[in-house]
Amino acid sequence: MSNLAEFREDFDILKSGDYVYFDNAATAQRPNQVLDAVTNFYKTANANPLRGLYDWSMAATEAYEDARKKVAGFIGGVGTEEIIFTRNTTESLNLVAYSYGMDNVGEGDEIVITVMEHHSNMLPWQMVAKKNHAKLVYLEPDEEGVISKEEYESKITDRTRIVALGHVSNVMGVTNPVKEIAEYAHKKGAVVVVDGAQSTPHMKVDVKELGADFFAFSGHKMMAPMGIGVLYGRKELLENMQPFLTGGEMIEYVTREDATYAELPHKFEAGTVNAGDAVGLAAAIDYLEKVGFDAIKEQEEKLTKRLMEGLAKLPYIKVYGSKDPSKHCGIVTFTMDGVHPHDMSSVLNDDHVCIRAGHHCAQPLMQFIGAGSTSRASVYFYNTEEEVDRFLEKLSLVREVMGYGA
Amino acid sequence: MELKQLYREIVNEHNMHPVHKGKMESADLVLRGVNPSCGDDITLQLKIDGDVITDAMYEGSGCAISQASVDMMADQIIGKKKDEAIKLAGTFMGMIKGEITDEESIEALDEAAALQDVAHMPARVKCAVLGWHTMQEMLEHPEKANE
Repeated sequence: MSNLAEFREDFDILKSGDYVYFDNAATAQRPNQVLDAVTNFYKTANANPLRGLYDWSMAATEAYEDARKKVAGFIGGVGTEEIIFTRNTTESLNLVAYSYGMDNVGEGDEIVITVMEHHSNMLPWQMVAKKNHAKLVYLEPDEEGVISKEEYESKITDRTRIVALGHVSNVMGVTNPVKEIAEYAHKKGAVVVVDGAQSTPHMKVDVKELGADFFAFSGHKMMAPMGIGVLYGRKELLENMQPFLTGGEMIEYVTREDATYAELPHKFEAGTVNAGDAVGLAAAIDYLEKVGFDAIKEQEEKLTKRLMEGLAKLPYIKVYGSKDPSKHCGIVTFTMDGVHPHDMSSVLNDDHVCIRAGHHCAQPLMQFIGAGSTSRASVYFYNTEEEVDRFLEKLSLVREVMGYGA
Repeated sequence: MELKQLYREIVNEHNMHPVHKGKMESADLVLRGVNPSCGDDITLQLKIDGDVITDAMYEGSGCAISQASVDMMADQIIGKKKDEAIKLAGTFMGMIKGEITDEESIEALDEAAALQDVAHMPARVKCAVLGWHTMQEMLEHPEKANE
C-alpha cells in the first residue's frame, strides 16, 4: 500500500487539485516517466524514422522498433512483425474489418460478436456484414454479464467466419471466457478477434494462450499517450491481407501503375509513424511492470469492494454486472432512481468528482440491460480508499440536489 | 447561478412536475429531437392555427436540464406567432452559447432566461438547446415534421 502511494506521486495531475478521477476506463492518467520518455524522444532522437540514413533518423528508428519489441513481449512474446502500431483500438479493429473481414466473409457467412461490445468492435462488423451480405449474430450474457457455454456453442456455427469479442466489457467490467470461446471458434474454422482495450491495463495478457488471432488495444488506457494503439495479428493471416492504408513507408517498389508492399509489419503502417508515442507506450509498459499486475489487481479489488459495499447501502442505486467485486476490473456501472446520469455527473463534477455518464459507446448493451444510459465509476491502482469514500459521500447528496427528499 | 442552485430553484420543478409533457391529440407538427451522444430524446408536438402556435407538448426522456428546458420553452411559445417563436429560439441559443448577453434580449425569454448560466457549462449546452433547436427546425422545415 505504501508502495502504491509512492507511485501516485508520479502523477502530477492527481496532485494538482482535489479532483477524484474515477473515469479510468475511458482513459488513464500518465505518470511523469511516460511524459518524460516522449519529451526525451523529441529532444534527442527526433527525425523521421525508418527512412533517413543519418544518426538522428536511425536513433528514431531504433527507439520505435525497440518499442515494438517491448509490446511484443508485453502480450506474451510474439514476433515483432506481428505487432502493428495504430492510433488506437478502434483503428486496429477497423484494420481487421477492412483488410481481413471484407475479403474473407462472404454472402451467407456469419460474424459473431457479443451485445456487450464497445461500438468500436461492433460497427466495423456491421459494415462488413452489410457490404458482404453476411449475418451478424449476437452473443448475449446473463444478468451477471457471463456468456454461457450453451450460448456460444449454439451461435458459433460452421458458417461463422469471425468471432469478435471484448476481453473485458467496458460497461459490465466482466472478463469474457475468451480462451474457451476461441477454442470452440477455431474448431468451427473461425478467426478470433479480441478487443483488449479494457484488459491490458489490468492483467497480464498472453495472446497465444488466449487463442486470439487478432488482439487490439489502446495505449491511452494503460497510461501511454493518446494516439498510439496496437494490433497484434497472427503472421500467416497478416501476410495474406491487403494493406489498410496505402502511401509512404509501406512500399517496396512503386511504378506508375503498380506497387509491391513492404514486409510486415510496415505493410500496415502507411505514412510517418507515431514514434514519439510508441516510445511513450514502451515507457508505460515498463511502468506497469514496475507497479506489477498483482499489486494493481489487489488495489483495484479493494477499492471496488469498498465502492460496491457503499453503493449497496444506497437503496436508490442499482449496480449492473456481477455481485463479486473481483469480477469488475475496477469498473462499476450503476443508475440512480429518478436521476439522469448526466445530471448526476454534473452535480458530482461540482464537487470535483469525475465519473462517466451516458451510453459508454455501447448502445445495444444499454437497450439489452434496459437502461437508457448509466453512470460509471472506474478505478485504477493509483486511486485511494479516501477517494472512494469521498465519491460515496458526494453521491449520497445528489438526490437531494435533484429535488428528492431533503 | 451555480449548478446546484440552478437545479434546486429552476430545473427540478419543471423536470419533476412538467406542465406540457404528454401526447397531443391531432398535432399539426411533430418532430423528434435527439442528442445522440447523451441520449436526450424528445418528440415535440405543436398545434398551429394559421400563423400562431396554439399548443405545444412533448414526450420523451433525458436529463433534467433537457426536459426542464423544453417544458419552459413550451410555456413561452404557446400563443406566439411562428416567426416570433423562431426569433426566441435564436435568442435562447445565442444566450446559451454566450453570444447574446444584453438583458433586454434575454428578458424576452422570460423564465427560460434562468438557464443563462448553462453558458458556463459547455457539457450541458446541447441538453438546454435540444427543445429550442427542434422547435426551430420544425417551424422552418415543416416538411420534416408532418406526421
